[in-house]
Amino acid sequence: MVAILYLISALLFIFALRGLSHPESSRMGNVFGVIGMIIAVFTTLMFKSVLSYYEIGAAILVGGAIGSFIALRIEMTALPQLVAAFHSLVGLAAVFVAAAAFYDPVAFSIGKVGSIKTASLVEMSIGTFIGAITFSGSVLAFGKLQGTISGKPIVFKFQHLINALIFLLIIFLIVLFVINQSPTIFWTIVIVSILLGFLVVIPIGGADMPVVVSMLNSYSGWAACGIGFTLSNNLLIITGALVGASGAILSYIMSKGMNRSIINVVLGGFGGEQDTSASKDNSDKIVKQGNAEDAAYIMKNAESVIIVPGYGMAVAQAQHALREMGDILKKEGIEVRYAIHPVAGRMPGHMNVLLAEANVPYEEVLELDEINHDFPMTEVSFVIGANDVTNPAAKTDESSPIFGMPILDVEKSQSVLFVKRSMATGYSGVDNELFYRDNTTMLFGDAKKMCEDIVKSLSA
Amino acid sequence: MEAHSSEVFVIGLTVFFLACIIGYYVVWSVTPALHSPLMGVTNAISSVIIVGAILAAGPQGFDTSKIFGLIGVVLASVNIFGGFLVTYRMLSMFKKKTKKTKEKE
Repeated sequence: MVAILYLISALLFIFALRGLSHPESSRMGNVFGVIGMIIAVFTTLMFKSVLSYYEIGAAILVGGAIGSFIALRIEMTALPQLVAAFHSLVGLAAVFVAAAAFYDPVAFSIGKVGSIKTASLVEMSIGTFIGAITFSGSVLAFGKLQGTISGKPIVFKFQHLINALIFLLIIFLIVLFVINQSPTIFWTIVIVSILLGFLVVIPIGGADMPVVVSMLNSYSGWAACGIGFTLSNNLLIITGALVGASGAILSYIMSKGMNRSIINVVLGGFGGEQDTSASKDNSDKIVKQGNAEDAAYIMKNAESVIIVPGYGMAVAQAQHALREMGDILKKEGIEVRYAIHPVAGRMPGHMNVLLAEANVPYEEVLELDEINHDFPMTEVSFVIGANDVTNPAAKTDESSPIFGMPILDVEKSQSVLFVKRSMATGYSGVDNELFYRDNTTMLFGDAKKMCEDIVKSLSA
Repeated sequence: MEAHSSEVFVIGLTVFFLACIIGYYVVWSVTPALHSPLMGVTNAISSVIIVGAILAAGPQGFDTSKIFGLIGVVLASVNIFGGFLVTYRMLSMFKKKTKKTKEKE
């Protein structure tokens, strides 16, 4: 009976993910997920060995209240941080469950204290290891995303060698743990794994965060899997594998969006102090500068406008003002669409959520391969808070660090409007030659303020 | 539980690989626009680890294992409620925008 209920729960989780293939079916999917979780929890509460309902109920209430409070309060721009924080909790929970199983193996039918089955010990320590890495890696990712820790990659000598040695040390500790089942060694594994988690994320820069967040998502799944093997619980194994696969695929999509291998991202160091000699060549070039009125005039006389949002839009919270601008343009009979680069923002799909939050219909929001061939037929590209993802150097300049990265072909449209705070280079440290072209107009200023000003000029 | 332990492990492994394959196909079918909600949902369901925490917290009386279990329950609950709710919030923004003005927070 228990196995059947767990199976139903696992199937519901699969349907929950399946629902996300379309926005219309997605809400039902989320409901499936909730039902699956309720079934899983109540099934477990029905176990004969589970008696302390009050304590467990209280723990669920406390956790649930905290989780609900945070989830209902969080700004959509802060979503990446939130997800990172949540991942850290999954990791930590995995560590605690593994520790509980170690201290009371009888409750999990995996042996007695001091004589736990070898297989269970191996699975337990692997679960602990992945859980601890997920925990500390996510905490650091959270810090970098929140801005409490500098987003700059921190690179030092022998970094990868040190990580490799620590990894070997952990394997050695696991072997030792399986042999003598000592609590000291268990906690040493936890601490060393936490250290490794920090070291793994430390060299990875701010804009590589979409990959890191996806990777940690994947790890949190594998941690659940490890615990599932320890407890011989198929529900945990299935769910962990689903989550692990999901995170891995997202990491792959994100790295591809930057034309880099996952390994390259993980090794880190990208976007640090790079030699920006290219920018010196451009120092004497002329930049055409415009203001909100110019932008309003240019767009008013266009037939179609493609808006390219980037992380800068999220930072400035400009999505609502931007949507207002789009609405006015649409009323004038201008076709308005949004083009999203796979790595725009700080987590996969972040821009889509922000635009949806601002009530932009999702039909108007298109992915790179859906919209890229439309740029030549477009009068105006309105780039707001994005830079590297539009840089033609990715196609032409083989020496550029972003060479080979798929970009949005804004340069093919008749004119380009760039909303930027300053002439500073993007995350990659590469200058964007688009800024100096005749058909480009730079709109310097805060993204939100600029959109509001354009709205004023448009409605004047 | 009395089954040969290597057999149990192989069954687990079978389930694991099949689930990975299902996960692979299901996740590729997710539309890129919903990748953030996908992370929200996966985050919530990975907290099914609460099952293990409940088992640890289950027995009466108080010992180390039970305390760890209860901490696990709290942590996983934060995630379950938080993950599903934040996903719900995200997804309700992806509604068809015909009746526009209504749902601003």
